[in-house]
Amino acid sequence: MDLVITLLIILAKVIGLTFLVVLPLVPISVYFERRFSAIIQDRVGPNRVGIPLTLFGAKKDFSFFGLVQPMADGLKLFLKEDFTPSHVRKAFYWLAPALVVVPALVTVCVVPFGSDIIVNGTAHKLVIADLDVGPLFVFAISSLSVYGITLAGWSSNSKFPFIGGVRSTAQMISYEIALGLSVVPVLLYFGDLNLSNIVEQQAANGWLLLPLWGNSVPWNNGGDYTAWLFWIPAVIAFVIFTTSVFAETNRMPFDLPECETELVGGYHTEYSSMKFAMFFMGEYAAMVIGSSLVVTLFLGGWSLGFGLDAKISALSIGGFGIGGLIHMAVFMTKVVAFILFFILVRWTVPRFRYDQLMRLGWVIFFEAALINVFLAALVIAAPQFGAISTIGGLALLAVVTGALVWVLKVSEKKSVPVSI
Amino acid sequence: MAVVKVTRPKLNTGEKMYLGAIFKGFIITMKHAVASLRNKTRGAEAMESSGMGITMQYPEQKWDEHLPEYYRGAPALVTDEQDRERCVSCQLCEFICPPKAIKITPSEISSDDPWAKVEKRPLEFEIDMIRCIYCGMCEEVCPEQAIYLRKDYAITGVTRAEMVHDKKKLYEIGGKRVGLVNKWNELK
Repeated sequence: MDLVITLLIILAKVIGLTFLVVLPLVPISVYFERRFSAIIQDRVGPNRVGIPLTLFGAKKDFSFFGLVQPMADGLKLFLKEDFTPSHVRKAFYWLAPALVVVPALVTVCVVPFGSDIIVNGTAHKLVIADLDVGPLFVFAISSLSVYGITLAGWSSNSKFPFIGGVRSTAQMISYEIALGLSVVPVLLYFGDLNLSNIVEQQAANGWLLLPLWGNSVPWNNGGDYTAWLFWIPAVIAFVIFTTSVFAETNRMPFDLPECETELVGGYHTEYSSMKFAMFFMGEYAAMVIGSSLVVTLFLGGWSLGFGLDAKISALSIGGFGIGGLIHMAVFMTKVVAFILFFILVRWTVPRFRYDQLMRLGWVIFFEAALINVFLAALVIAAPQFGAISTIGGLALLAVVTGALVWVLKVSEKKSVPVSI
Repeated sequence: MAVVKVTRPKLNTGEKMYLGAIFKGFIITMKHAVASLRNKTRGAEAMESSGMGITMQYPEQKWDEHLPEYYRGAPALVTDEQDRERCVSCQLCEFICPPKAIKITPSEISSDDPWAKVEKRPLEFEIDMIRCIYCGMCEEVCPEQAIYLRKDYAITGVTRAEMVHDKKKLYEIGGKRVGLVNKWNELK
């Protein structure tokens, strides 16, 4: 009996968090993308599609700022002809879209959506699988989605998709390293790989990028400035991590695998109907997961901050702890805000050239993330080391950094343009 | 001709960092976004915007009163001050029409008509608005100042037959036009 109940709870979590929380975020972010890009470009965007109440005898149509638009888009994609060109390799061609969506949705399972919900005295964590290797699991799974893209590009048996697939592979490999290295300082600081615990620490002691309450402020912990000093490597890690997430999700400044201007549609040129929609959905799901990961690691996850979280967690109505739901709402707000940032970046920053992309990944981010790891370690170890060793370490790090920059500068001798 | 050597401007460190430029970009795009929401977009007033960006939302708002004099909308037949049909069914417009949209069935004017000396008038005059390309050649070629391109542009219909403007419809759109040359009038 207990087993059945446990399984039911797991099932409820899977269905509730995946299909009622993450998947609806996909059409919502598509809608936000269209409206936000519209107002950036002095347009209106889709504001008409609604429920045609006049068909049922009402006086006015209901068009709530065109919020039904994504549904209409989805319906359109369902009803379109699902065309499979004769020159494709069918098995892989049909497998590829699923391989893009599935990893993005699998990574949902380690994201902590809120604090505990208390039902009948037992606490249920709002996370599907409370793994102790959270970030590693996310990296392992999310990098699999490149297989979908590469297979799509290759199995389409056509030039542009193929180039798109190859580009995607190269890009993914380049940025995976920066992604992994940039998150090391964060894990060093928390000393934990469990995302729920990381968020709980942040809720109690201040977010990584906002260490303003709890144990992280010097007057609460006996004059320890570690948390405030750690702000510097944290910001560097944040910038590198966020940018790498952009690259991983093939979003705008790095959307070379599917750039319309050069490759028609990139890897999904030959796809239509729901197969195309799967790619589309996978991209946006990856964006949702990426932003929830950034929020979880750097911006306090579900915590509202300023020491309010313990009070929220204690809230309950008739023995049913609703604190978790409020925290989930906070988390969703943060994720949506970060998605809006994603969109803002897409409509602001122009696309990189391919060599610039590779240079940024291998030459700048890789080195910066590596140096950042040592900087973070130095900051964390400073209280034990004492002043002299720390300053010595800093000097050594500065020398190494300088040497690295010098090597990069020298190795990049530009050819002198031929004068006419 | 002297050779002018143009060198690429050297970027300073801040510009090489690229982050500053990105933030500048964010500020610009956000400025546009906020201005769009507040209906303060540059040119919104001149474009009669709907209250968001510079877009005019079509069926509710129309650009009609800003259409220029020379706007080429739907072609239509006109009558003059004496309520005479100007068209004498010479069929020049039918022959010049590039997409062959015009079809005229000529007929004679009976001898007891006060305008008997004009001799011909169209029995049927049909313009297929699906074919019409609004080029205005019919207006240009007409020796009788009978056909004009008006400012109507929203020509709709649910069947092909509805899209064919017959004589009645054409006169309805065209209406009366004054100040034309009345060459068929008696000399005083």
